[in-house]
Amino acid sequence: MQTVNIRQMKPKQSGIIVAVSAEGALGKRIRDMGLVPGTRITLQGRAPLHDPVALRLMGFTLTLRNSEADFIDVEVDQ
Amino acid sequence: MDAVIALAGNPNSGKTTLFNNLTGARQHVGNYPGVTVEKKEGVYRLNGHRFNIVDLPGTYSLTAYSLEEVVARDFLIQEKPAAVINIIDASNLERNLYLTLQFIEMQMPVCIALNMMDMARNRGIEIDVLKLSQLLGAPVVPTIARSGKGRDELMRAALTLLKSENPRPPAKISYGVDVDIQLDRMGKLIEKAHFLTDIYPSRWVALKYLEDDEQILCQGAAANPDVSDQLKGMTGELTLHLRRTINSYPEAVIADHRYGYIKSILKRNVISYAGDRNRLFISDKIDKVLVNRFAGPLIMLAVLLGLYHLTFTYSEAPVGWMEALFGWLGATVDTYMPDGPLKSLIISGVIDGVGGVIGFVPLIMFMFLGIAVLEDSGYLARVAFMLDRVFRIFGLHGSSVMAYIVSGGIAGGCAVPGVMATRTLKSRRERLATLLTVPYMNCGAKLPVFALLVATFFAEKQAMMMFGITLVAWIGALLVAKLLRVTVIKGEATPFVMELPPYRVPTIKGLAIHTWERTWQYIKKAGTVILGISIVLWAAMTFPGLPMEQQQDFEIRRQAVLSGAGQSGDHSVQTTALLSVKARLSAIDAAEAEAGLRNSLAGRTGIALEGISRYAGFDWRTNIALVGGFAAKEVIVATLGTAYSLGGADSQDSASLSQMLSHSSHWRPLVAISVMVFVMFYAPCFVSVVCIAREAGSWRWGAFSILFNTVLALFLAVCVFQAGRILGF
Repeated sequence: MQTVNIRQMKPKQSGIIVAVSAEGALGKRIRDMGLVPGTRITLQGRAPLHDPVALRLMGFTLTLRNSEADFIDVEVDQ
Repeated sequence: MDAVIALAGNPNSGKTTLFNNLTGARQHVGNYPGVTVEKKEGVYRLNGHRFNIVDLPGTYSLTAYSLEEVVARDFLIQEKPAAVINIIDASNLERNLYLTLQFIEMQMPVCIALNMMDMARNRGIEIDVLKLSQLLGAPVVPTIARSGKGRDELMRAALTLLKSENPRPPAKISYGVDVDIQLDRMGKLIEKAHFLTDIYPSRWVALKYLEDDEQILCQGAAANPDVSDQLKGMTGELTLHLRRTINSYPEAVIADHRYGYIKSILKRNVISYAGDRNRLFISDKIDKVLVNRFAGPLIMLAVLLGLYHLTFTYSEAPVGWMEALFGWLGATVDTYMPDGPLKSLIISGVIDGVGGVIGFVPLIMFMFLGIAVLEDSGYLARVAFMLDRVFRIFGLHGSSVMAYIVSGGIAGGCAVPGVMATRTLKSRRERLATLLTVPYMNCGAKLPVFALLVATFFAEKQAMMMFGITLVAWIGALLVAKLLRVTVIKGEATPFVMELPPYRVPTIKGLAIHTWERTWQYIKKAGTVILGISIVLWAAMTFPGLPMEQQQDFEIRRQAVLSGAGQSGDHSVQTTALLSVKARLSAIDAAEAEAGLRNSLAGRTGIALEGISRYAGFDWRTNIALVGGFAAKEVIVATLGTAYSLGGADSQDSASLSQMLSHSSHWRPLVAISVMVFVMFYAPCFVSVVCIAREAGSWRWGAFSILFNTVLALFLAVCVFQAGRILGF
């Protein structure tokens, strides 16, 4: 098992969130949308300019900027 | 029974569709007090009961961070609706229940509409409705909002809930041992001190203290500073403990446990999946093309161009009919009313003013229809996703692009619908920066000014000049947006975190209601204020009239021409003479119009401004035209004609004006460039200003856009003119 940042994940790679270190408004927003430890995510793809990034979780698609994704650590599948 | 029922749910959960289905076209649209968030209400009747349904803004949560969430929460707390109907997307249950839990925490009587059951089934999701209802402690009714299925069952369940003895759900969510213990202690303190208990449930107040909720903290400190400080102290204790033990803090732990609670409910055989949960659905397959690195941007360009064409091509005919109608009205009044200031007021002030507003209506309808299609289908979110990287550099949001394009980012739009298009932006600061800078785009009314000056002074490179003008407008708008975002609207970027909703075919009913209600709001709001301002502007360009002796002077000159004409007996000579008399008479009329304009308040302002404007190369005639341009940019060319005494009606003839300018000793290419720069950036027309003030929620922003833009435009024009002069142009 390897823990990486969402920025380092490759398209179609999946994993389970282990830590969310954002605080304040951003932290709240990220958690409200279901990005909490224990949630399984798949990196669906990136925008044409590589930012923002699209994630698949709980059956819906969520996009966030790389700078926001930096706060989320994921234990990726091998 | 008469009852108020709030309709709440996540964005894209089908809330608006359900609302339209419940209330039909009998909706009342307004704003929540003091903010620009739309408030929609409608009535649903069932067996003689009358439910007043209030559509709350679509939110994912109920924190105090976003305007929509504060508005929704305030409504629930202050208006105390009898119940909340919480619509949740069955194909997306886990995240949708997060909001549901927060209603339960607030102890709101809640009835759940489990929507899009059909789509969930297609995705291989089966939900045990009864079990879900039992575990949540609230009624759950399956619905399909698009077809109206389950609607009446839902309302019957709501009615049963209202009639039941204890409609409030039991709040029994656990947030982990550490938080629970502290929550109990705080709850006891709150109850003992009757701290805010007349407004909120005690446990909820404790929870909000732990969540560091700004709004409740402020309210608490005002109500009882002592208790508030004690609660803050207890929050501090817990924070310290959590930091030491699990390196977290209360707000995060609470959110984690909410999701944990949802997961624990769903695990109890409430939901079952056939096949892979995250397999690719139709939407994802479409996205493979539409947000593809290479095809995506090209398709987006085509779609945006298409929207632009739809808006401005198809609205051309109805806009023409409107213009013809008001032209006919003006002509009729002109024929049947005696000359005088009252007639001038009715034609130039009232009919032209109201006509100016109503004339935009077809344009606005088409634009809103186009945006509603893009928004309801889910494509707009993809546009924001693809363009965000570019717009973020300037402190804006990916969704800003729509407003810029409609305003004239492709030359020939209109700032009025552009300002209104910013409604699709949910982040406040980004939205404000966008709506303050969209007027820099080259709207259709500025184009005649550019066309006239380019044709007169840069005849050989027209296409390049027009392209350059578009480019300058974009660069200017983005740079000013950046400037605003680091000064008057500074602050961190609002989190982007945005859902890409599944693609859906918009319903005709939804599109019609969307388009019409927004258009009607424009007519209602803009119409009243604009009529007033239009009359003021008319007065400024009319009064004070010419002094009596000057008027008599012009009359004497007219009489002299007329009496000179009647003397020749020869028939052919008479015809030529008649023509020359006509020409001479209209020349006198034009001279009188020029003198009148010069003498008016607007004219005097123009002359007074020459002291400053000469640094930018403008004479008083140009100044008057620019002052007139505040009424509507179309007025600039016409007023310039009058100021150069080309005569009233003929002033539209830009060929003669072009000749006049090219022979004028004052005008030269440098002056033309300076004027174009000024026209691009100075105060928006007053219709736009009224819309800016409305959309920004304060007249201060309207005033700001007039002052700031004019100062900026003057500064730029002076820079251009002075630099050009030094370089010898």
